[in-house]
Amino acid sequence: MESIFVLTHADESGSALTKHSLEAVTAGRELAARLNALLTIGIVAADAHRAASAVMHAGPRLLAVQGEAFAQPRFASDAAACEALCRAAQATIVLAPQSSRFARVMAAVAHRLGGLIDTHITALGGADSVEATRWFYRQRIEAVVTRIARPWFLLLDSGTHAAFAGEAGNAPVDEIAIAVELPALRTEVTGIRAPKQDEQTIRPDAKLLFVAGAGWTKKQPDGQVHVDEAGRLILAFLRASGASLGSSKSLVDQGGEGNSVLSFLTHLNQVGQTGSTPRHAKGLSTCCHGEEPHVVGWRFIGERRAISLDANCGWTRGKADVVYIADAFQVMAKVNELLKS
Amino acid sequence: MVLPAVLDPWAASALYEAAALAAKHPGSKLWLVALGPKAKLQQVMMTVAQKVAFELVPVDGPIGGFPDAHATAAALASAIESIPGLDRAQLLLFGGWESASRGAGVTLQQLGERLGIADQFFGVDQIDLRPDGSFEVLERVEGGKHQVSVCAGAPAVLGWATGNLPEPRNNPQIGMSNMRTIMPTLQRAKTATLDANSLQYVSVSLPKQQRETRVEKNMSPDEIAAELVAWIGENS
Repeated sequence: MESIFVLTHADESGSALTKHSLEAVTAGRELAARLNALLTIGIVAADAHRAASAVMHAGPRLLAVQGEAFAQPRFASDAAACEALCRAAQATIVLAPQSSRFARVMAAVAHRLGGLIDTHITALGGADSVEATRWFYRQRIEAVVTRIARPWFLLLDSGTHAAFAGEAGNAPVDEIAIAVELPALRTEVTGIRAPKQDEQTIRPDAKLLFVAGAGWTKKQPDGQVHVDEAGRLILAFLRASGASLGSSKSLVDQGGEGNSVLSFLTHLNQVGQTGSTPRHAKGLSTCCHGEEPHVVGWRFIGERRAISLDANCGWTRGKADVVYIADAFQVMAKVNELLKS
Repeated sequence: MVLPAVLDPWAASALYEAAALAAKHPGSKLWLVALGPKAKLQQVMMTVAQKVAFELVPVDGPIGGFPDAHATAAALASAIESIPGLDRAQLLLFGGWESASRGAGVTLQQLGERLGIADQFFGVDQIDLRPDGSFEVLERVEGGKHQVSVCAGAPAVLGWATGNLPEPRNNPQIGMSNMRTIMPTLQRAKTATLDANSLQYVSVSLPKQQRETRVEKNMSPDEIAAELVAWIGENS
């Protein structure tokens, strides 16, 4: 019989579970109900007492690791914490959010427990077994996999389950806290580096993703390149709409090749096979080819529209809901005027 | 038709960053440990070997999205443990944080674990090595930000994202020097058989989404803008 262990961690406050963690809790509850399995929730947090209050009634059993050492997302301490929690839980299936914090350590923890791991899981199924769905991007296929080896660790992508929202309660930390033997800690997290507020173009919580493609920096009908104007139009749209900015690989790569570039774009903005996979409700692509290595990064974007001068671009072949064959410079200038008014 | 093999893009970033770091620190040595069918490795080396100087440690084995990441890590660990004269206390193990083929983000982390490396970083875009051997490292985290950490020094694992360096230009001198050792090394490559580790594929399918695209060729910029603004505002 299976037993399910959901690992969660706190956000930067150290005392509240992340939304992604709460999504993993939902996934664990659903799986445990389907398999009639025991469910345990594990928490890594500086202040487990406060973090645990959100999941007090999520499952029959809570375990926690707490302390100042676990305030930092750091391989050595997080791996030790997760290993200790997993050994205490003795579960056959371990679920965890595929956050940067847990993606950094979970494969190592699986190895320490003699288990196996699969990542970027988008769905869990199976009538009386555990089956996990993941994409194979380069191969353009979606696969459902299963393993008989145990423990089996599964990292869940964000946005695939609703965040658990149960009644809060008081967690008896003394009863749920477990001891961790920490190795020598040679790494110290010193901070977060982010663009200044008004320069931050990556907005995971925005309703709209705006993607700029390499066409913005190509010669226009007048035979000239208009990179400055492109930059002004794009930034003005982001300010007016609150959209998040994405880019094709070819555009961000131009910066490394000495071509005209949009200075506010970095590789962090890249969407696609070797970029990010955003999850905004709507996406608007401009001056972008719409070919599969880029579009594969759009698979979680709900509604899609594109502006392109190329009537044969990838977007027109079933990749977008609406494609406007038009000059993006002209259209976005008009859009900005309307949004301003 | 078979597409030409290429070095995984994030692994390539890792290689170029490693070469740049080695160039700044005399006495450093760069090995490229690569697993793949010998014929594919030879093909990849034709381009990669012209970019930066390194010593190749090849492992003859399967590649792609379907070979098991755990078994791949075991094979690579065995290859690294066999490198003569490698000072593992001074080892900076660079690789891609994920591969474009499998996208698991498992292999490098398990490799580091097998080698007993207790400091690991993923989604790395920058490392700044200090004179005392410590380094500051930037890792990608949620929301388009970087987490900044300081590590006391090697040994460490760095799983690279894109980094900041462009692809080096081809250098025929480097290419000729590399290929003198690469070709005989490839001939001697040990074979790795990768265990499937109980992974079973229940089903495989093509993505279901295929939208009925409305292509508008005759709308004016004003009309398009009005429609877009209305769409953006829906359900906001």
